[in-house]
Amino acid sequence: MRRYFGRKLLIYGLTFFVAVTVNWMIPRFMPGDPVASMVARANVTKPEAVEAMRAYYTSLFGLDQPLWQQYLNFWGALLRGDFGVSIWLFPTPVSDVITTAVPYTLALIVPSVLLSWVVGNQFGAYAARRKLLDNTVLPVGYVLTAMPYMWLAVLLAWAFGVILGWFPVAGGYSFSMRPNWSGAFLLDLLHHWTLPFLSLFLVALGGWAIGMRNMIIYELESDYSNYLSALGAPSRLIRRYAFRNAVLPQITGLALQLGVLVAGALVTEIVFAYPGLGSLILKAIQNKDFFLLQGTFLFIVLGVLIANFIIDIVYVVVDPRTRAGMAGAQA
Amino acid sequence: MRNRARIMIPLVAAGLLAAACSGGGATPTPPASQPQSQGAAASANPDQLPRNETLYTTGTQWGPPPNFNPIREWDSAVGTKGLVYETLFHYDPNAAKLNGWLAESGSWTDDTTYQVKLRQGIKWADGQPFTAKDVVFSFELGKMETIPYHHLWDWLKSVEAVDDQTVKFTFSKANYQQWDFNLYSRSIVPEHIWKGRSEKEVLDGTNENPVGTGAYKFLSKDQDRVVLQRRDDWWGKTALNMEPKPRYIVDIATPSNEVAMGMLLQKGLDLSNNFLPGVANLVKGNFGLTTYYNEPPYMLSANTAWLVPNTTKKPMDDPAFRKALASSVDVKKIVEGVYGNLVKAASPTGLLPQWDKYVDQGVVSAKGFAFDPAKAKKLLADAGYKDTDGDGFVENKDGSKISLSLIVPSGWTDWMESARSISASAKSAGIQITPDFPDFNALVERRAKGDFDLLINNERQLSNSPYTYYEYMFQLPVQKQQNTVNFARYENKKAWELVQQLDQVKTDDTAGMQKIISQLQQIHLDDLPVIPLWYNGLWAQSSTAVWKNWPAAAGSAPKTGAVMWRNWLELGGFETLTQLQPAAS
Repeated sequence: MRRYFGRKLLIYGLTFFVAVTVNWMIPRFMPGDPVASMVARANVTKPEAVEAMRAYYTSLFGLDQPLWQQYLNFWGALLRGDFGVSIWLFPTPVSDVITTAVPYTLALIVPSVLLSWVVGNQFGAYAARRKLLDNTVLPVGYVLTAMPYMWLAVLLAWAFGVILGWFPVAGGYSFSMRPNWSGAFLLDLLHHWTLPFLSLFLVALGGWAIGMRNMIIYELESDYSNYLSALGAPSRLIRRYAFRNAVLPQITGLALQLGVLVAGALVTEIVFAYPGLGSLILKAIQNKDFFLLQGTFLFIVLGVLIANFIIDIVYVVVDPRTRAGMAGAQA
Repeated sequence: MRNRARIMIPLVAAGLLAAACSGGGATPTPPASQPQSQGAAASANPDQLPRNETLYTTGTQWGPPPNFNPIREWDSAVGTKGLVYETLFHYDPNAAKLNGWLAESGSWTDDTTYQVKLRQGIKWADGQPFTAKDVVFSFELGKMETIPYHHLWDWLKSVEAVDDQTVKFTFSKANYQQWDFNLYSRSIVPEHIWKGRSEKEVLDGTNENPVGTGAYKFLSKDQDRVVLQRRDDWWGKTALNMEPKPRYIVDIATPSNEVAMGMLLQKGLDLSNNFLPGVANLVKGNFGLTTYYNEPPYMLSANTAWLVPNTTKKPMDDPAFRKALASSVDVKKIVEGVYGNLVKAASPTGLLPQWDKYVDQGVVSAKGFAFDPAKAKKLLADAGYKDTDGDGFVENKDGSKISLSLIVPSGWTDWMESARSISASAKSAGIQITPDFPDFNALVERRAKGDFDLLINNERQLSNSPYTYYEYMFQLPVQKQQNTVNFARYENKKAWELVQQLDQVKTDDTAGMQKIISQLQQIHLDDLPVIPLWYNGLWAQSSTAVWKNWPAAAGSAPKTGAVMWRNWLELGGFETLTQLQPAAS
């Protein structure tokens, strides 16, 4: 057990190191100088004043040091929990920017990922080998899962937001409100959350439902199912066993899909002007805001790694073979 | 047994989590019919702003409000300058005159001394009186080297508070044109709060709790908005007999024009200062949207878009080539095809319509240019640019190929289309231009270093004087980095001397200004260091669902600009707010 998790942790540690390094490198190798554009935005006419500002900001952000020194400083600051100051939203610290955005992103991603997985699996399992449902679920599922998140989001925004006017098209809560703990405000939050949630939920749902349906059909044709049914076991029971076996690859699939789901969430946030990390990342790239970009990516990398780790644990719990393997390793 | 218990813990945890999540997720459907009840329950509770007293705006801010520092005129939260902090004067571009704001009046007592009389009884939001000392303090902040108006002190000698209501500015060189610009551009900050702040704090501080003299104060902020609340004890109510009508202003950072358009149509937005392509159709249709004109160009003009050639490179260093280039650009096609008539073709001088009286029509008719491929071809041939290898494009005089690239920022779709259009029309005159779309930051860097052939730029806005445009064209010396002006790196000592002379003409001496400007126009049209293309609009789409009496050219509607952009509130944006009327009344 310890060796299993030790190995996993080592792999996660390495992934983290590489991801953070890449994340540090990418903005620095993009063309353009963030300080130059920051100063240019200031519309200062006098060349000497421009030079003064430029020199000042370059040293403030530590961009005047050699690259290896910047890289070391970066790790040093990171371990102290200091993400630096945003260039785009100067002088707000990156950690402040991220903390206001993260709740929105989490509130979108966590429910949509878990719910779509749970509902999709149940639904797919139920639909398999039931002619009428199968004939509808399969095509609808394919259409949903093949839809880009962004496109479905735009469709939903247009139909339910602009045409029907049932849902707002922008913001995390009404522009007329201030955050407080009243019921009206919470309802308002939900109201704004519904459409972005739905677009994430629906796309993911289709994929899980199809996957589960195929797995169940495969399991129902396997020897143990045939044997059970030859013994006269009720089909409910057979389906239950089939489900337990079919759900394992779906868990692996969840781990693999997490990155894609997060990326989808970011795009969806932009479409709905939802104040999460997605819109931040877009702007950080456009403004060459190294520090904000690093901060948000770091957060996403951490999130995906932690989620993967949880899935690893869950896997140990639900699949006896992994436990058996570990016991063998211990012996 | 112990082993099993250990395994159960994560399982239980996961189960609880799933239960919590499905509990939260199962409820999204009911609130669908909820929002209608909000409007009715509206009261003075600022947690829920009443729709009929709130103005929703967008188009200035593209992300979270980064700071409330009026010194940072380029990225402070919307309304920091203009609504919260105020300036000594406002400028009325229609009447072309300064209107006293914090200052009651101002005048030149001699050639190098300017005296300002402040209004009586103005108080800061914290109750302290506003005095001449605050004005002195604010201008003296400019002595710090990194403050944007530091250069003022190259020709300003001293600022003194004569008494509580009088400020005396003494100049070593009186640059009258620039001075007027400073009078309505520089925010006045309270000395009793800002005193003792270091240069770093003044330039980089967020100034979290701004205390101003203005008609609004910040109520709250979030990642995608700032909310301002009207101050009912604002001095202007009695002194100016003005009151901005919206009790609350919510400025929204919309991530894209599509979202802004959607919100306008949902009536969730009253004023959008975004460029919305195709808005002409909505104005003509019955969508409750208005713009300044109800026919082309729909918008007031805000700035000129210029085609900037790099005059240090061949063949753009040759005025004859630049003239041929100017005649080869079909601006009309851009105005109609790319903008759908939302902009106006520029006059050959590039001066905004508001500055018409400074255009010397004699010079323009003698030296002006228009789209004329035949003439462009002739100009090229006369100057020695010939198509020697028969590929349809002219070559340099020494026979080497001419292949120019025109850069505009990636993602600025209207400009990208315009660049393609310029490339196509230049082709008909035999000039090879390839559009190229680098990232904005990369473009800024190349522009500053002079590492480009051609680019489009519109950074100079409408101001009190064409002086700012000629400074933009001719400023010398050319530095290693050209950050804000003279991107063409054009060197003409005589022109720059004239510009400096123009600066020293008093702003009420129209004839004196015209005389120098006419000479500058001759140089401009002879040499064409920058080629005017079109006038960009003061993009303003307003919804009449909640507020009416928006500015319009027709009838008795206000003639000011409906705009929340930074530095535009002093140019009529604030006055517009005072003219609004609730649509229900």
